[in-house]
Amino acid sequence: MRYVVFAVALSVLACTPSKGSQAPAPKVSAAGDSAHLKDSSATKPGRGALSAQNADPFPSTYRPFPSKTTVIKNVTILTAAGPRITNGSILLKDGKIESVGASVTAPADAVVIDGGGKFVTPGFIDIHSHLGVYSAPGVEASSDGNEAVKPVTAYVWAEHSVWPQDPQFPRNLAGGITTLQVLPGSANLIGGRSVVLKVVPSRTVQGMKFPGAKYGLKMACGENPKRVYGMKGGPQTRMGNVAGYRTAWIEAEQYRRKWDKWNGEHKGDPPARDLNLETLAEVLRGNILVHNHCYRADEMAQMIDIAHEFGYKIRAFHHGVEAYKIADLLAKEGIGAAIWADWGGFKMEALDGIRANMALTNQAGVRTIVHSDDPSGSQRLNQEAAKGIEAGKELGIDISEDQAIKWLTINPAWALDLDSKIGSLEAGKDADVVLWSGDPFSVYTRAEKVWVDGAMLYDRDDVSGQWRTDFDLGFVPQIGGAK
Amino acid sequence: MALATCALAASASAQTIAITGGKVFPVNAPPIEGGTVLIRNGKIAAVGKNIAIPGDAQRIDATGKWVTPGLVNSNTSLGLGDVGFSGGPRELVAKGHDGIAAGFSVWLGFNTQSVMIAPAREGGVTTIMVNPTGGLVSGQSAIIDMNGALELSDVLVKAPASMIAQIEDDDGAKVGAAGELLGELRDLIEDTKSYTRRKADFERAQTRPFVATRRDLEAMIPVVEGREVLTIVADKASEIQAALNIAKDYNLKIVIAGAAEGWMLADKIAAAKVPVLTGAMNNIPGSFSTLGSRQENAAMLRKAGVQVGIIGNAGGGDEDMFNVRNIRYEAGNAVAYGMSWDDALRAITLAPAEIYGVSDRLGSLKAGTEGNVVIWSGDPLEFASRAEQVFIHGKKLDSPSRQDLLAKRYKTLPPKYNTP
Repeated sequence: MRYVVFAVALSVLACTPSKGSQAPAPKVSAAGDSAHLKDSSATKPGRGALSAQNADPFPSTYRPFPSKTTVIKNVTILTAAGPRITNGSILLKDGKIESVGASVTAPADAVVIDGGGKFVTPGFIDIHSHLGVYSAPGVEASSDGNEAVKPVTAYVWAEHSVWPQDPQFPRNLAGGITTLQVLPGSANLIGGRSVVLKVVPSRTVQGMKFPGAKYGLKMACGENPKRVYGMKGGPQTRMGNVAGYRTAWIEAEQYRRKWDKWNGEHKGDPPARDLNLETLAEVLRGNILVHNHCYRADEMAQMIDIAHEFGYKIRAFHHGVEAYKIADLLAKEGIGAAIWADWGGFKMEALDGIRANMALTNQAGVRTIVHSDDPSGSQRLNQEAAKGIEAGKELGIDISEDQAIKWLTINPAWALDLDSKIGSLEAGKDADVVLWSGDPFSVYTRAEKVWVDGAMLYDRDDVSGQWRTDFDLGFVPQIGGAK
Repeated sequence: MALATCALAASASAQTIAITGGKVFPVNAPPIEGGTVLIRNGKIAAVGKNIAIPGDAQRIDATGKWVTPGLVNSNTSLGLGDVGFSGGPRELVAKGHDGIAAGFSVWLGFNTQSVMIAPAREGGVTTIMVNPTGGLVSGQSAIIDMNGALELSDVLVKAPASMIAQIEDDDGAKVGAAGELLGELRDLIEDTKSYTRRKADFERAQTRPFVATRRDLEAMIPVVEGREVLTIVADKASEIQAALNIAKDYNLKIVIAGAAEGWMLADKIAAAKVPVLTGAMNNIPGSFSTLGSRQENAAMLRKAGVQVGIIGNAGGGDEDMFNVRNIRYEAGNAVAYGMSWDDALRAITLAPAEIYGVSDRLGSLKAGTEGNVVIWSGDPLEFASRAEQVFIHGKKLDSPSRQDLLAKRYKTLPPKYNTP
């Protein structure tokens, strides 16, 4: 009987990685620039004064947790890299997947888990999360997801809002999620940088950051920005929205050229650094991926034209409730569709949500991605995919479980440009693995054990060993498994 | 408030239908493998293994299928708005007076032609309760048929079905603190009693001022007299305890809705014989009232002996309007978190019907109840199953939803705009 909270109304846009109109300049670290300046310039600006490509002022301090060599045997393995392996085994060693197949050679010291016919999948990846930026409990003091002070705030970084003690993180892990992209909200045309996190306990956000992951840029179409700014100086209309994006990219392109020139020559005083334009310039260079919140087909088509105009690429449309209407266009452009199973109707631009969206985009050759934008739904991405399979079947589109598992794993990994590291169970990849109590597309199935980089960080049977955030202590009764 | 009894016959089918060979779940009785469900004149005529099938009956072979009563979703705002957030009517929140809108009859704003009806029905939901929200006393809810009839009188099953109040949101109730909120609620009850005794004085303006208007006090009379259920939205253990106390002090018939921390008081709730409406898809301490949220809640309450009706509680996904159809998945999740399968099916059929006093008419396949029946391709709580045939009052309803039409139109691109 509670009010429905339309968290989605302010959901974040993720930016897809943009590709520069020119070949990216050689990557030069900020430290390197500073060193060079010491020799060549009397002004000696500090590192923070310079706009370097791929600068990393808040570097990841994540290190894999201690792990034991582990064999999970006698399981059905959905690899996301090919057909399922029934009655198979997987060997995790030194944080990586050592081997996977009908059988593996287990070292003598390996922990052996007999799955007894259960299922194993890659850890799931939710590329649309606000955990940590909209922490629980949802009080104003923890509402850190939308810098709704002006329509373009590319200068904000979601990681500076993330509270590592958000009690939603361990609940996410228990749902089999091992990687999250946390985005700013969708109040703004351009909301700021996302951050990719490992779902692990940490005192700092740096300790959760996925090493080497690119940043994303959140952009948002449609109703949200014009609603938020309609009475605050605009944009007030969709045409105002589009003018706002284009104006921002025009400035960003000038900034990019100025800095690329200076970084190449190191002549004279460096240009002024601007955090807003720096993020946008990084998109234009292809160093930051664009994740674009957009519901309607016609608006997505316009966003694609804007990307063409300024020479960046949209990596994925998020929410995309009408993605099925332009599935051919998305396939041609190579843009992922990060969508819900059955959300719709909660506002005008979401009116045409249909359950067959996943099946129809998949059928058209689009990289279909199940996303959540919701701390509760994020714990059940598998259930969302299961709805998508059934909706396809009703429409005469047969989606195998081997295909649908990609919607939760390798496809979102691709959207983060991390598909060489995570998202499938193949030798050499990070050992982010989930053991399920049964077929993950059944309503009765739950994650039993979750490994991140080979370390078992969730075990449903070990209640006292489960991760509890600082907030959980005292406030939240300790909760055991289903007994 | 008069009890509306609907002219359900208007939409009932006179045909005799025999659904044979299915795995039948009457809910009020044990499952029957290869059972027959006989529907005559829109009502369940007989259910069992060896039912004589009249020669003129339309036979439907349900071999390999699962047959259940139509599902009941007892927490919806379906038909009270076409769009959730950004436009269009939203008919579920009254302005009221100082947080009290007891006289608000939410069903008067129900759109019998809502585009949300067909999707819910496709999910096997044949009956819904529409609930007002907001304030301290939100108004009165109604139980409604998903038969798609145009006239409101042809879809109303019971109105009012319940008075709705909430005691967890002080701001929403227009008070400053829980203690004040509970005081207001007690004042309303006391004033209703006084008003009932002194109506004539009230009409002559010879009573002290009451906390509510005449319309609101009138609506409260059956609640105070224990003839109408008062559904109290409460999540925190202390709020639930307060609700139990009020019910005891005034001998009210209450239902606790939400009940995130109900498991902490499961034995007390069971002893008080107070039913609970809750879900199984929320484990997030989303507010300081729901710190103890857990997905096992529904199962734990049921195990303690509480009558449990399942409602959507995940919080996202609009499960009270656009996704009313998802109630069966909520029940499936309850099973994953410890509830027996039989209890989970009961919690979305017979339990809500019993809680709101319509079990003589719906919620099971008992002979004499309405012919609300669903034939499923398999386990109704599973994603891989679908409601293949849905009957309401013995009439098969299969008009496509707007979403079906969109899916069909865009199945091949570019779409043909002159079809369907």
